[in-house]
Amino acid sequence: MDQNKKAAIAKRIRHILMILVLAILFIIVIFPFILVLINAFKVKSDITADPLRLIGKHGFTLDNFTNAMKKMNFWKVFGNSLIITTFSTILTIFLSSMTAHLIVRNNWKANKILFVLMIASMVIPFQVLMIPLVSLYGGVFGILNHRITLILMHTGFSVSMATFMFHGAINTNVPISLEEAAKIDGCTKWQTFWRIVFPILKPTVATVAIIDAMAFWNDYLLPSLVLKQKDLFTIPIATKVFYGTYSTDTGLIMAALLLAMLPILILYLFLQRYIVEGITAGAVK
Amino acid sequence: MKTNSFGYKFRQYLLFAGVTTFLFTAVVIVPFFYGLYLTFTKYDGVSTSKPLVGFANYISAFKDTDYWVSLGRTFIFSAIAVVLVNLFAFVLAYMVTTGIKGQNFFRTGFFIPNLIGGIVLGYVWKFVFNKALVELTENITSGNAKSLLATPTGAIAALIIVSVWQYAGYMMLIYVAGFMSVSEDVIEAAKIDGCTGTQSIIHISIPLMSASFVQCLFLTITRCFMVYDVNFSLTNGDPYGESALAAMHVFNTAFTNKDYGTGQAEALILFVICAVVGGLQVYVGKKAEVEA
Repeated sequence: MDQNKKAAIAKRIRHILMILVLAILFIIVIFPFILVLINAFKVKSDITADPLRLIGKHGFTLDNFTNAMKKMNFWKVFGNSLIITTFSTILTIFLSSMTAHLIVRNNWKANKILFVLMIASMVIPFQVLMIPLVSLYGGVFGILNHRITLILMHTGFSVSMATFMFHGAINTNVPISLEEAAKIDGCTKWQTFWRIVFPILKPTVATVAIIDAMAFWNDYLLPSLVLKQKDLFTIPIATKVFYGTYSTDTGLIMAALLLAMLPILILYLFLQRYIVEGITAGAVK
Repeated sequence: MKTNSFGYKFRQYLLFAGVTTFLFTAVVIVPFFYGLYLTFTKYDGVSTSKPLVGFANYISAFKDTDYWVSLGRTFIFSAIAVVLVNLFAFVLAYMVTTGIKGQNFFRTGFFIPNLIGGIVLGYVWKFVFNKALVELTENITSGNAKSLLATPTGAIAALIIVSVWQYAGYMMLIYVAGFMSVSEDVIEAAKIDGCTGTQSIIHISIPLMSASFVQCLFLTITRCFMVYDVNFSLTNGDPYGESALAAMHVFNTAFTNKDYGTGQAEALILFVICAVVGGLQVYVGKKAEVEA
């Protein structure tokens, strides 16, 4: 009994120590965000004087935000990011789930070739494709500087990974007898997919949506190569251009960085459970 | 309706995979082979002609000492970053699966850096290194302090710090999935046989989680090898181009110096090295998996 009590106390102490370590690490993790947050509300001279102070000598100001919003054209670039992310994600989900279904249920040669190519292509990094991409679609076809081009490119790059994930989900979660029953009831393949298969795939849809939407929202390299006009900029490109122009105006920069981070942080506040679960679920595959 | 006729299959394929095939081919397959072709041409991104030059681009890539130096730098950066990211991630994952209070809060919290794109993160950390940490050290030592970003070694160290800070939380979630896949019964049985907590981690959990290790190592290796955006926004190669990693060098060769052919040749070499290292790691990891 005494032994058990000792073990319980040791366990408690261990847990408290671990919580302490985790708490310290957590503070380190959010430290940069806190810094940006407190300095975004200070005037420039206060930031230079002491970036660590909670509130500057000249007090609290919102000027940085109003200026940054105007100069960054915030609502416009936010809208661009939103449109591009939303349509790329939806397109990726629809196209890859349909493709995965075709591949799983039909043992055709064309399907096998497509699937093998998709899996092999997942090891190709974007840096290997960016130069030919620009030279081909910029130089030969001249279709850069359209949001739709970026949406289709995002989709093209992400369909292989997404198809792979849907492939696994259909294989394990969708019983073929269900589809056969639907066929007997007179469903076409198309109807069977949308009415029977797709609803079962909801958890995978959520995982793919989270992983891809985050990647699209934050991507810099591809959008910066495709969108060269100011009115088409996404948040990461606008942030980069803004930084290049106003790098000495620290207060303005802090406000701009905070604005760039805010949408996804707010979204995370509401969807954190789904995002963490989605990433963890994606890891098991 | 015949379901094994070519016409039927063709229509079904077009309906379910036509657009996918088109987009995938257009942005991955065609550019990949077109890129191979580009390495044998001279092209500045503007002129209308692309004369064939044979292996000249590969020769100039091999002669480009800056490229090989940046590649060596990338190796050192990746080796240290990969080890540290996975070490932190694994320990964090262990701590947040022991059933302590607030473990879900910590899982959620450590993932936050992954929500923000590399460009923005780089600028945030630039401020931290150049202003906040300088101020902090000056307050503590009451002397003059220099930013970590001012020296080449310091700049690489800064890149490693930011990478660990950024990826540890993501890899942690993968290790958490690994820890949760190890069944309680096995751990319980080991305890009855006299295993201590540490022993059961080393001899039971780690071998059973080897799939998570393979996955995390592959992800971190490929990401570190190919990092561009944080490198660009945090150091932009400074001081004196001595913190430019390979992907940045490739980008600059192609788009700043307008030498598409050499840039693409360098990108291909980088890809081959990365694929070999990544593939080797997966191969070794899978072998260990079978033995376990």
